[in-house]
Amino acid sequence: MKFRRFAILVRQTSAWRGWPLAVAVVVLAVFPHVGGDFYVDLVLTTMILSIFALSLELLVGRTGLVSFGHAAFFGIAAYATALLSPSGAAPSHAWLLPAGVATAALAAAVIGAFCLRARGVYFIMVTLAFAQMTYFVFHDTKLAGGSDGLYLNVKPALTLDGITIVDLRNPRTFYYATLVLLVLVYAVLAAIGRSRFGHALAGIRANEQRMRAAGFSTYGYKLAAFTLAGALAGIAGFLHAVKDGFVSPEILAWHQSGAVLLMLILGGIGTLRGAVLGAFAFVLMKELFQSEALFGAFAKHWQLPLGLAVIACVALMPNGIVALPTQLRRFRAPLLNAG
Amino acid sequence: MPAEILLESIDLSRRFGGLLAVDRASLTLARGEVHALIGTNGAGKSTLVNVLSGEIAASGGKVRLSGCDVTRWTQPRRARAGLGRSYQRTTIFAHASVFENCRLAAQAHFQRAYDLWSDATRCSDATRAAEQAIAQANLSAQARRVAGTLSHGQKRQLEIAMCLATGPSVLLLDEPLAGMGPEETDRMLLLLEALKPGHAVLLVEHDMDAVFRIADRITVMVSGRVIATGEPAAIRGNADVQSAYLGEIGDDMPQAAGIG
Repeated sequence: MKFRRFAILVRQTSAWRGWPLAVAVVVLAVFPHVGGDFYVDLVLTTMILSIFALSLELLVGRTGLVSFGHAAFFGIAAYATALLSPSGAAPSHAWLLPAGVATAALAAAVIGAFCLRARGVYFIMVTLAFAQMTYFVFHDTKLAGGSDGLYLNVKPALTLDGITIVDLRNPRTFYYATLVLLVLVYAVLAAIGRSRFGHALAGIRANEQRMRAAGFSTYGYKLAAFTLAGALAGIAGFLHAVKDGFVSPEILAWHQSGAVLLMLILGGIGTLRGAVLGAFAFVLMKELFQSEALFGAFAKHWQLPLGLAVIACVALMPNGIVALPTQLRRFRAPLLNAG
Repeated sequence: MPAEILLESIDLSRRFGGLLAVDRASLTLARGEVHALIGTNGAGKSTLVNVLSGEIAASGGKVRLSGCDVTRWTQPRRARAGLGRSYQRTTIFAHASVFENCRLAAQAHFQRAYDLWSDATRCSDATRAAEQAIAQANLSAQARRVAGTLSHGQKRQLEIAMCLATGPSVLLLDEPLAGMGPEETDRMLLLLEALKPGHAVLLVEHDMDAVFRIADRITVMVSGRVIATGEPAAIRGNADVQSAYLGEIGDDMPQAAGIG
């Protein structure tokens, strides 16, 4: 029964509508063998941010909850990973990922319980306030290195009976572990999108009043979505901490929350593909404008051209990159007719 | 009245600051009746419906649903206990089909609503409830159509179908006839007539012709207070109602002309 469900899911996701996804996964899987180290590292960073953007998509695109504090859960998981990483070289610490994710989920459940009492623009501001609060907790206290940040004692590895199965100290292994997690997060969110829970969230986005009148306790649904999104952001936070071997308060700051929202806006809100495309577009643009080879001394003012580029993208592609094919078709149609 | 009382408000009040929008309103809804709630604009009809459905908390008094005190229950909980409502502004999901609208509404009433994995389109209980509701609301021919493309009258029917999909015993309908042409009104009245057995229907309505055609009982509200409840004939002849409406109803009722 479970397998049949899985088979149906695979058929629906990959065979017909999902072929670009399959191609994308293959490209990502092959990339480390063809790309230079710098680019492989860039793609790795982007995959981590893609997981982060996907987690926020569940809130913004699916449920219609615009959170401006999502970096809090990314950062909390990253800090939990750094703080919990054992000082001695323990044989196996596969529990670090679940621990980081659980910490982020717990924080999301508590913060969400307060934030979800507010609506609309008030919700946005309250999420921002909570995220900034966590930022200052890590920035201004001696809890975890203050503004200097914190180094991981050891990068985690999964070992069984003395045999190392997954060793995240190996960059290649880490790349593939990240890719697997990205695919898993994507698949989980796709399954949720089709589930009763996902349909209820879409209903809440469309008309919460009607959903309450139909008997949905919408607060519970929204809190579940918020907690889940926090947990998934925690996966990205864990990967970020392990990749750099270092965490700093900057990853909790509002810049990070804003960046992930921008990724969704660039890619197109409402689809999972949009979140991933947006993450890639954002990282590539940022990298482009930070390049001293291209922009020389001006590269240190990269925020200015990046901001202008984002504005241009939003103006030219109001529905994001995912809607570009439809937009082009619509744009071309009158030209063809005229010719 | 021997019929079973499904919804009852007892001295229900709602205060907004200094304004007493609903002032100790008492009324009963029995199974098998259409009970019309009428009154001039600002009389507190919509507020009363909102307090009954649980969208607004009561400032005083009690609401009883099937004999159970639900005054402190939230709206979703009341809805799951059988209290359905429609809105003055249609609240359908415009991008989904008629069937999907109803299935989603039905979903809250079945087990495992938080199910993260099983396909929503394969929930057979909700599918059955939705199909039934669509048939009851005479929308079977439109079941696959996108809700946003329906005519105004059909959208109002869908609004009621979405209520029915949740299997309610009580229906609170807030101006279901607003903006409808005579033909659409006739169709809606037939629908309400068909729903009467098995349901208790509260009908908030401005169309007096329709109200006097279909209502078994009428309650009249003036500035937050219930001034009269009774059968249509008794309401027609009621002097307080006459003066409150300043002859508005009198136009349709030549026999009452001498009273005002």
